[in-house]
Amino acid sequence: MTASQGEQLPIRTSEEVVVVRQAVRKWAVAAGFSIIDQTKVVTAASELARNTVVHAGGGTVLIEQITSGERRGLRLTFEDSGPGIPDIELALKDGYTTGNGLGLGLSGSKRLMNEFVITSTVGHGTKVVATKWK
Amino acid sequence: MPKPASSKLSEVLLRYESDILATWMQLQLSAVKHRGDLIKNSDLREQSARFLELVREGVQTGDPNVQSGAAWAATREMLESLSRSRAKLGFTPAETASFVYSLKAAIFERLREEMGSNPQALVTEIITASELLDVLGLLTMEMYQKGREGVIARQQQELMELSTPVVMLWDGVLALPLIGTLDSGRTQVVMENLLQRIVETGASIAILDITGVPTVDTLVAQHLLKAVSAARLMGADCIISGIRPQIAQTIVHLGVDLGNVTTKATLAEAFRVALNRTSRRIVDADFQASTTGA
Ligand SMILES: Nc1ncnc2c1ncn2[C@@H]1O[C@H](COP(=O)(O)OP(=O)(O)OP(=O)(O)O)[C@@H](O)[C@H]1O
Ligand SMILES: [Mg+2]
Repeated sequence: MTASQGEQLPIRTSEEVVVVRQAVRKWAVAAGFSIIDQTKVVTAASELARNTVVHAGGGTVLIEQITSGERRGLRLTFEDSGPGIPDIELALKDGYTTGNGLGLGLSGSKRLMNEFVITSTVGHGTKVVATKWK
Repeated sequence: MPKPASSKLSEVLLRYESDILATWMQLQLSAVKHRGDLIKNSDLREQSARFLELVREGVQTGDPNVQSGAAWAATREMLESLSRSRAKLGFTPAETASFVYSLKAAIFERLREEMGSNPQALVTEIITASELLDVLGLLTMEMYQKGREGVIARQQQELMELSTPVVMLWDGVLALPLIGTLDSGRTQVVMENLLQRIVETGASIAILDITGVPTVDTLVAQHLLKAVSAARLMGADCIISGIRPQIAQTIVHLGVDLGNVTTKATLAEAFRVALNRTSRRIVDADFQASTTGA
């Protein structure tokens, strides 16, 4: 699997969440995603970007266009140095929230993407790598 | 007083300022990159005259530090406001920087006429002038970039803060056409506005139209669900319209349950539903209205 092009953006505020969505949409269009897949990727990016702001106080996203053989895809890597997630399995349960959200962002974005890997260390931060194939 | 770094360039600029300006204007107006659609000739002339004057003054001080020297502060400031305004007007970076770069040819022509008999000295002067304008051109590009970022940030702000009026579609039917992103604190105000209008008008149906909302994620869903239940407490039923097929699919994957809220693809369909529901209740008044030809 190779990354051909990419872009990294900061995510510190809700305005920057909007910027991330717009950038991801641009990349999804460039990758030739259907309207439905564009919407799914952008929505997942919105959730993960907002988690970065709300639960970790900010971080970054790396948006990459990737290829694997004939397949083309978009890989989003969110990284923060926030408090980390103590129990990832629990955080991925529908409706689980430590804030006052719906508790659907993490589990929902996992369903919207094809590959989804969370690594997190309490006290150090969280990394979410989410990939959508065309 | 520091000795002028380039006395010949300085002299030529001083003596032939108006000739250089005339040549430069001609060059700019006939250039491929000229955007007569975006800028008036009179404005361009004014900017050109001012910039040339500042360059002449800067060269006269002999300060070679264009990037941060005090002698060039006014020039940098002028380029900053020029690149900001051009970014706003829709000029590309190249079109913006060509303002500075195109001055080269006008100055070179004059230098050639003055110093044609001394090619060695001419080359030196041309290199000096060229380096100077290259730095100013690069600065312009940089400033343009910054100006552009400002424009994008402002546009988003505007989009988010777009006031969202609650419209009375029909007696008893309100509509809230949401446009933009619901990420800002402004959303709260919009929703409160809706509740206020429900109370004022005694409306029994409120249509929340999200056709103009590009992304519907858990935050947007939460805002909508809150508005729906608050409206219900005020005695109004909500219909959510503008749920395009891709949005419907995404909401399902997210796991958001819009409960027993009626959803429609378009505002028109939602309005039809609302009319059906309200006329069922006010059937007599409607009947009278239609028989009296209203
Ligand atoms: N980047 C992160 N750093 C730390 N904790 C996180 C991070 N992302 C998610 N979490 C934790 O996982 C929980 C579940 O996240 P999820 O996005 O599913 O729900 P939420 O953000 O609380 O609500 P919403 O439905 O609005 O997204 C959060 O409440 C939070 O405790
Ligand atoms: Mg979340």
